[in-house]
Amino acid sequence: MASVTMTVNGKTVTATIDPRTLLSSFLREHLRLTGTHVGCDTSQCGACVVHVDGRAIKSCTALAVSLDGAHVTTIEGLASDGHLHPMQEAFREHHGLQCGFCTPGMIMSAVDIVNRKGAMLDEHTIREELEGNICRCTGYHNIVKAVAAGAQAMAATKVAAE
Amino acid sequence: MSATGIGAPVRRTEDFRFITGKGQYTDDINRAGQAHAYFLRSPHAHADIVKIDTSKAKAMDGVIAILTGDDLAADKIGGLICGWMIHNKDGSPMRAGGHPALAQGKVRYVGDHVAVIIAETYQQAKDAAEAVDVTYKTLPAAADIDSALKKGAPVIHDVAPDNTVFNWHLGDKAATDAAFAKAKHVTKLDLINNRLVPNPMEPRAAVGDFDAGTGVFTLYTTSQNPHVARLVLSAFIGIAPEHKLRVIAPDVGGGFGSKIFIYAEETVCVWAAKKVGRPVKWTSDRTEAFLSDAHGRDHVTHAEMALDDKGRILGLRVNTKANLGAYLSTFSSSVPTYLYAPLLSGQYNIPAIYCEVDAVYTNTAPVDAYRGAGRPEATFVIERLVEVAARERGEDPALFRRKNFVTQFPHQTPVIMAYDVGNYSASLDKAMDMADVKNFGKRKKESERHGKLRGLGYSAYIEACGIAPSQAVGSLGAGVGLWESAEVRVNPVGTVEVLTGSHSHGQGHETTFAQLVSDRLGIPLDQVSIVHGDTDKVQFGMGTYGSRSGAVGMSAIAQAIDKVIAKGKKVAAYALEASEGDIDFKDGRFSVKGTDKSLAFGEVALQAYIAHKFSGQQLEPGLKETAFYDPTNFTFPAGVHICEVEIDPDTGVTRIDRWTAVDDFGVVINPMIVEGQVHGGIAQGVGQALLEGAHYNKDGQLVTASYMDYTMPRADDLPSFAVGMTSTPCPSNPLGIKGCGEAGAIAAPPAVINAITDALGHENISMPATPQRVWQAVQQSQRKLAAE
Repeated sequence: MASVTMTVNGKTVTATIDPRTLLSSFLREHLRLTGTHVGCDTSQCGACVVHVDGRAIKSCTALAVSLDGAHVTTIEGLASDGHLHPMQEAFREHHGLQCGFCTPGMIMSAVDIVNRKGAMLDEHTIREELEGNICRCTGYHNIVKAVAAGAQAMAATKVAAE
Repeated sequence: MSATGIGAPVRRTEDFRFITGKGQYTDDINRAGQAHAYFLRSPHAHADIVKIDTSKAKAMDGVIAILTGDDLAADKIGGLICGWMIHNKDGSPMRAGGHPALAQGKVRYVGDHVAVIIAETYQQAKDAAEAVDVTYKTLPAAADIDSALKKGAPVIHDVAPDNTVFNWHLGDKAATDAAFAKAKHVTKLDLINNRLVPNPMEPRAAVGDFDAGTGVFTLYTTSQNPHVARLVLSAFIGIAPEHKLRVIAPDVGGGFGSKIFIYAEETVCVWAAKKVGRPVKWTSDRTEAFLSDAHGRDHVTHAEMALDDKGRILGLRVNTKANLGAYLSTFSSSVPTYLYAPLLSGQYNIPAIYCEVDAVYTNTAPVDAYRGAGRPEATFVIERLVEVAARERGEDPALFRRKNFVTQFPHQTPVIMAYDVGNYSASLDKAMDMADVKNFGKRKKESERHGKLRGLGYSAYIEACGIAPSQAVGSLGAGVGLWESAEVRVNPVGTVEVLTGSHSHGQGHETTFAQLVSDRLGIPLDQVSIVHGDTDKVQFGMGTYGSRSGAVGMSAIAQAIDKVIAKGKKVAAYALEASEGDIDFKDGRFSVKGTDKSLAFGEVALQAYIAHKFSGQQLEPGLKETAFYDPTNFTFPAGVHICEVEIDPDTGVTRIDRWTAVDDFGVVINPMIVEGQVHGGIAQGVGQALLEGAHYNKDGQLVTASYMDYTMPRADDLPSFAVGMTSTPCPSNPLGIKGCGEAGAIAAPPAVINAITDALGHENISMPATPQRVWQAVQQSQRKLAAE
């Protein structure tokens, strides 16, 4: 067993875990943060995407013990002060989800795309950047629209805050 | 139209929990004291089990129990069933081999369930599985249709010595032979409908629980139809009587058919919970999903179309071999029969049709319904045939279709279906307009200038949805009725709970069903709750598949609402001291005709519950009504999709440049949700046409068992879609709804292949049309051109 301490959605957590525990299992089973989903076993589907120290990673591919001291944000930690994140709002407004299973990973990836690529995203860029997230329901049409709109809303929120 | 009523693109009420990570899927459910199950699966496609030695594994850390088929047999737990009886041409019943939830003496496909290991943790169960020592005597495997039908092929089930489940047919052979005898032209095609793995993003999962105090079992499971699961687990498998078994299907992450069926794993989890005295949880990983979820399609077909000298279709002759895998899954037998052949007439006037289907056992995972189920296979046959026939005759494929369209309704086809209403030309006109077909030539030239090949393909599909009426499907062999139920509970304050037998796993029922209630009762959307997925709450239901929840499920709700309004009028009459016949209900108010006396819906609800204005002899208190709705016909959504592709002849890569879909779904409750269903369906159809294909090697090993090997459509494989609608309201249900869930997956594959073959200039391309296959086809064309 091994001890790990990390900050998850702003709260410090310490646990003694089996060293082979993946971050996705740690979040789901130890912290009961079940918004992070596991849809495959080859790091292809992206349902498990979370942010570690501000960057998107597939939590099924990281050992929890390797993230000692890290700051992790999951879908549960994206909204702040009772307000949805602009990307969450955009997914709802543009019907960017159906069954909802891929949605947490999609939204976390989408926020990361905007963080990396900025707010002016064309369709081609969005589609290429979403390569690592599989959705079986929507055909991506409305996800692409949601990401474009969410990106602009994120920029507008930032401007408003400044 | 109000902002939230029928026809409004209301944003989904269920979304909040999904976008904030608060959805509650089966794997998110944890019961106090739960143990974890891991299934030891067969590594062989076909083998006798000589011995299972669990002694070493049982001694490992955390292991609670290891159960095998012998334990199931000792507890007299029955096998999994197929609920649709098909008869052979000679009238004898299909040959259904036994299907134990854990193998008994023999394994028949890679992934077949050999034993279940139950331990304190999932990892401990998985570790112990490696220590279970199974002695197999491997047998030769038949991994595809041809190998299974070969003389001397290994026998998969003793009841079917030739590996044939059934030889079935539909239509008039003599009339069809006569049509071909007088034909001026016959178009012939050999088609393979490739095998697919459904792949909802949420893998299957189950948590079984047993309350020793009450004797009640509870099963949380990833199901599209929890009541059907309870019925099968009770009446056939014998886990527990129905009143002692509760099945809950909470949030379910997509189904596409694959979560209709009653599988081995949930059966074992709920049975084992009592056996070990602990809740038992199992969650599939993706590899297990590839190995053991029921697959889809897998047909080999020879089809012929007879034409007269004017290019009118005289007849259709189809011979199909359908792979059903190693065991008959829950509805498998209906898919290549009654969900297939009755749709072969397409949108066309075809006087004579004859279809023969041989269903075959192979050493592969069971094959059952996957989005469209039989109808995509039929549409692929007819839409490839008409396209090729038009090209062979040198006719424009759109004009050829139009000439042969059914234009008079109702229309009785020679294969069971009576099309009630439609306007096929309207969809074709609108689709051609939206797709800018008239400028296709210019775009093709432009592509040629860049060294690219451009093609345009049509698909004019029709499907039969709702999969009702019960009497009709019963006469065709269904073991269940296909009605739906609803209960509308009005609370004393006028808020409403609707309990529905439909199940939402992405379709947005919590929104669309509430829109109907809001529209009819004149109350705000947020005063309506839609309850589904729990057999303790909902009286009974047949679940969601076959695009039936709008046409059948919502019709049941509408019928119950009518009863609520009728009862409300009685209550209002007493409360307003008027006669019942003088009470009107409109926009949420009960009023007395010709007066200003009225009561709001909520006020009448309160009067119904306090019961101060009438006696128990005059009227029962309360306001709650139930309906079971059984439609009068199938529904027939239809439409035209147009796909335009650009192919790079140097790499064989096909890029979809434009997609136009015009669908007639009758009345649409929420166009935003309906368009979303169309998008998703098209993506799955494009996946079949360009990317996806499950492949077993000759030894029966599934070589496409992960997302590294099986190509799922990703965002950069697809274009945005242009979606339009036409509407001829369905006359067979009170709401005029036809259903939209499967249309895209049905329409898309032939549209893609017709576009690719148009670009290539020859017909020899099979699905998935991978870059390798397309490149080879390009080389073939160029060699042919050079030879000429």
